[in-house]
Formats: sequence, structure tokens, C-alpha cells
Amino acid sequence: MSGDPTLERVARGNALALCATGAWTAHFAPLLERMVADAEKLAGTRANIFIDVSQVSKLDTFGAWLIERLRRSLTQGSVEAQIAGLSVNYSSLVDEVRRVKATPVVETNPVTITGMLDQVGRSMVNIGGTLVSLIDMLGAVLAATGRVLVHPRSFRLTSTVHHLEQVCWRAVPIIVLITFLIGCIISQQGIFHFRKFGADIFVVDMLGVLVLREIGVLLVAIMVAGRSGSAYTAELGSMKMREEIDALRTMGFDPIEVLILPRMLALVIALPVLAFLGAMAALYGGGLVAWLYGGVDPDAFLLRLRDAISIHHFTVGLVKAPVMAAVIGIVACVEGLAVQGSAESLGQHTTASVVKGIFFVIVMDGVFAIFFASVGM
Amino acid sequence: MAPEIANPIIRVRDITVQFGSTRVLDGLNLDVRRGEILGFVGPSGAGKSVLTRTIIGLVPKVSGRIEVFGVDLDATDSDERRGVERRWGILFQQGALFSSLTVRQNIQFPVREYLNVSQRLMDEITMAKLAMVGLRPEVAERFPSELSGGMIKRVALARALALDPELVFLDEPTSGLDPIGAGDFDELVRTLQRTLGLTVFMVTHDLDSLYTACDRIAVLGNGKIIAAGSIADMQASQHPWLRQYFHGKRARAVTGQ
Repeated sequence: MSGDPTLERVARGNALALCATGAWTAHFAPLLERMVADAEKLAGTRANIFIDVSQVSKLDTFGAWLIERLRRSLTQGSVEAQIAGLSVNYSSLVDEVRRVKATPVVETNPVTITGMLDQVGRSMVNIGGTLVSLIDMLGAVLAATGRVLVHPRSFRLTSTVHHLEQVCWRAVPIIVLITFLIGCIISQQGIFHFRKFGADIFVVDMLGVLVLREIGVLLVAIMVAGRSGSAYTAELGSMKMREEIDALRTMGFDPIEVLILPRMLALVIALPVLAFLGAMAALYGGGLVAWLYGGVDPDAFLLRLRDAISIHHFTVGLVKAPVMAAVIGIVACVEGLAVQGSAESLGQHTTASVVKGIFFVIVMDGVFAIFFASVGM
Repeated sequence: MAPEIANPIIRVRDITVQFGSTRVLDGLNLDVRRGEILGFVGPSGAGKSVLTRTIIGLVPKVSGRIEVFGVDLDATDSDERRGVERRWGILFQQGALFSSLTVRQNIQFPVREYLNVSQRLMDEITMAKLAMVGLRPEVAERFPSELSGGMIKRVALARALALDPELVFLDEPTSGLDPIGAGDFDELVRTLQRTLGLTVFMVTHDLDSLYTACDRIAVLGNGKIIAAGSIADMQASQHPWLRQYFHGKRARAVTGQ
């Protein structure tokens, strides 16, 4: 390799030569930059400065540009500073960088009150836009369902079964495990606190009502939003990025019918099934803890459970499940189709899919609570 | 086989690469001379990209030896390897630009990582690189998703050249470009090779590129190099695939025979 670069000032007659030597390459860029910045201060101190590069052993774009930068800053008015001793090998490189124009300065907007208000306004409009696009997707899915009902042959059974396996069958172990543990915890906490005033047995009432009406379906819906909603968004988003969805459209397929309807249907079937399994696992876990920790034996538990709950509690829970599934599915598909070209955008929309999915699930749960309270269920 | 070349920039010896039970490269030997543009051709699926990726170290090999810049890549520690990686640039087939960074940030990414230079110099070098690959300065603030296919290739080349490497790997650089754009690209590679003293390892299917840009051509078939030499050697070869390739309809159109 060549030696370290230097830039020496040598007086030649009435002119000042800046003699560059050594390797002017990217490797030495920080050093070169300092030397050039030093030499730039000579600009205007005297006339007739030129740059002698005959001793340069190696030159690349970094070196060539720094020499060019020096030449430009030494140029005063109409008198151009000259570069002397340029070897034939490097002249084309120097010519190349000579054509580069000065860098346009990138302006960043300063933070102002108007700017902040602007941001707030935009966010509000975005929220409105989100609601509109959700309703739009709901309409599109319903329209596609209608078309499929009229032409049952266009229904994608294989795809639906595939998604059913992904979101339902493969989710069973984790959902059952988590709801089982939640059931155990509710039961343990209930017994622990109720025991203080001798109301141990009421833990069965609490467990039954809570699990069947609320926790079972809500918890499972949140897990499904995190597990399958995010997967839907990521799948559709990456398909959008690689123009696969455009390709489908140009072949005369409706992406809603081919991609979204099977996914939605799979989710709408899966969530009630998972909610039911989850509720059973939670009851089982709660019963187990009530027996081992609270001394409520299984027969007493079942007897009490039969009195405490009615079929209404069970129906209320399961009626909510398909609606929540539809909400999760629609949010996930809208976010998936909103992905732009970049990996960052895919990440943002997947996050948004899960966050919005869970938010709407909880909102729906509240709406249902009001509704069932007013119809007396 | 090809005669031994003194002091090659890439020396590949007895490389075998296997995916499952499919042997893609089978005892392959290849030398690349310093300062040349090597065109690398072969039927689709013959393993051209696999060889490129094996040399770069993205695909593990079963056996064999690869030396780049005279360094045996299997015997390096991570510092030495980084040193080698700093001296080569790679243009991937699809560009592989970082989609969440602007063009300017994409080109500055390796510079920022390896060199401790001011933002001003980085910006200026970025503009110089953009001008070199024939792009307007306005492109700098765009995101990769806002670029056309040809622009992506150019930006990817600018990024590959960001650190002024001695060796660049180009994986089908002209595929997907219009003939004028492809011609410009060949011209660009030629110019850069002359000005920067680059060695270029170019996987290509573009006959024009082979005729106008490449100094030497290597042909891959059945997991081996079946021929290597100048374009004249290729045309004189009796190998059936080569005959078809260099004397087919499209080749005649290029050479005007």
C-alpha cells in the first residue's frame, strides 16, 4: 500500500503550490478532510495558488472530490485555481467529479405551533379516514360474500381450510394453555380474598360468570388479534409490496374474494371455537385450583356451577365471538392493503393492525355489555 | 482447464456447493484477473448467482477454497473479513436497497459505518456518486419505492461504489433495463473500471454487455466452468451450449452476421 497522504505548501517563484502526495483514498478520508479544510483558509490570502498532484500515488473518488473541493474554494472570482501534474490515469476521474454541482442543502422544517396544529389536524383526518376505510372494507367483504353466495363455485374452499388450520387448529395449544392458567389465577385470587369473609364457594359463581361472559371470549380475541391479525397484515402487506395483489387484479381476480374472504371466514369460524375451548380450559383450571387450593371438591363445584350460571351466560359469550373475529379480520386486511413500498411501512401497519384490532375488540365488548344489559341477558 | 493466472484478485479452487441432495457447483475453479471485467454466463438455474453468493460468503460451501485479494476467506478472523468486505461492493439482482432509507441514506450507509468523515463530505460524495451513475441530484431524497427499475439499479451501483471498492460484483446489472439504458450502464461500468481501476465480476445474460463491456467471459455449466476466454474464443468454441448461445438468432442480431 502507499504511504499516508500529505499536502505541503511550497513556494514556486511568485506562486504557491499545494503539493499533494501519498494515497488520497477513502481510507484516509478524515485526515484528508482536515488537511483540505486547513488549506482552504489560504483562499484570498494571495493570488496564484495552484494544486500539484503529480506526487499522488493513489486516487479515488474521495480524494478526487477533496482536491476538487479545494480547487473550488481557492478559485476567486473569474480566476480559476489550477490543478497541475494530473496523470492520465486520474484525469477522467477528476473530470467526473468536476461535473458535480454543489450539494443542495436539505432543509428541515422547524417546530412551530402551526406545525403542531397541522399535525393534530392531520391525525384527526387520519382517524376519520381509518373509520371510512374499515366501513369500506366491511362493505367490500359483504359484497364479495353476496357474489359467492350467488356463485358458490367461486368460493375458495381450499384456501379457507388452509387458513382455518393456521388460525384455529394451530392456535389451540397456546390458547388452551393461557386460558387454563388465567382460570387458575382467577380461582386462586377469588378463594384467597373470599375466604376472609367465609364466602369461598362464591368463587364458583365469579369464575363461571366471568369466564363464560367476558374473559373467555375477550382474552381469546386479544390473543387472536395478536397472533392471526398481525399475520394477515404481514401476508397481505408483503403481497402488496411485491405487486402480487396487482397481478391478481389484472388476471381478473378480485383480491377481496381470493385473499380476504377466505381469511375472514376462517377467522369468523375460528374465534367461537377457540373461545369455547378457552372457556372450558379456564373453567377446568379454575375448578382444579378450587379443589386443590380451596378444598371445593369437583362434585360441589359442578353443583354450584349449575346453579350459578344459565345458558344465557354461555350464549352471550359466544355471540360476541364472530363479531369480534370480523372486526379483527377487517382491521387486519385494511392495514395489510395500506402497506406502502418499504419494510418500515410493513412494520408500522402490522403494529397498527394489532393495536387497532385489540382496541376495537374492547370497544365492541363494551357495546355488547350495554346491549345485553338493556335486553336483560 | 484455464492456465494459472499470476496474482488473481479472486481465486476459486474446487468449490462444491450442495442444497439438499442437489449439487449446484461441483469442483469449480475460477480466476479473476485484477482490473478486468469478467462476464459470467450460463443457462438459467446453472448456479451463477450461487457462485457469486458463495464467493461473497452468503452461501456455505461443502468444500473448496476461495481467496479474494489473496486472503483465504475461511482462514480470516472477523476484523480481517471486514477489511475484505470494505474493499468490495455488491450490486444485487433486485437492487436490495434499504426500503426505509432515502437514496442519500442508502449510499451513505456503508460510508457512515466504515469511515469517520463529516456529514458535509458524505453529502458531497453522495452527489458525486449519483452524478457518476447518471442520476440527477433530486433523486437523493426519494425512497426506493419511488424509483423506477433502472434508477434502482443505478442507486444500487452507487451504493456498491460508495467506499470506492477495488472489486464489484454485479448480478445481472442490465436485466430489466431498456436497451439504451442497458447500453449506458455498460458504458458506465467501462468508464468506472477505467477511472477507478475496478475489477468487475458481472453475471449477465445480456449479449450486448458481453460484446461491449467484458474483457473476458467465463461460462458455467454442469457445476463447472466449461469455458473461459475472450469473446472470440467463445465464438470459436465447439461446445453445443456455447454454439447455441453465441450463434443463435439473438447473437447474430447483435453481431450483425
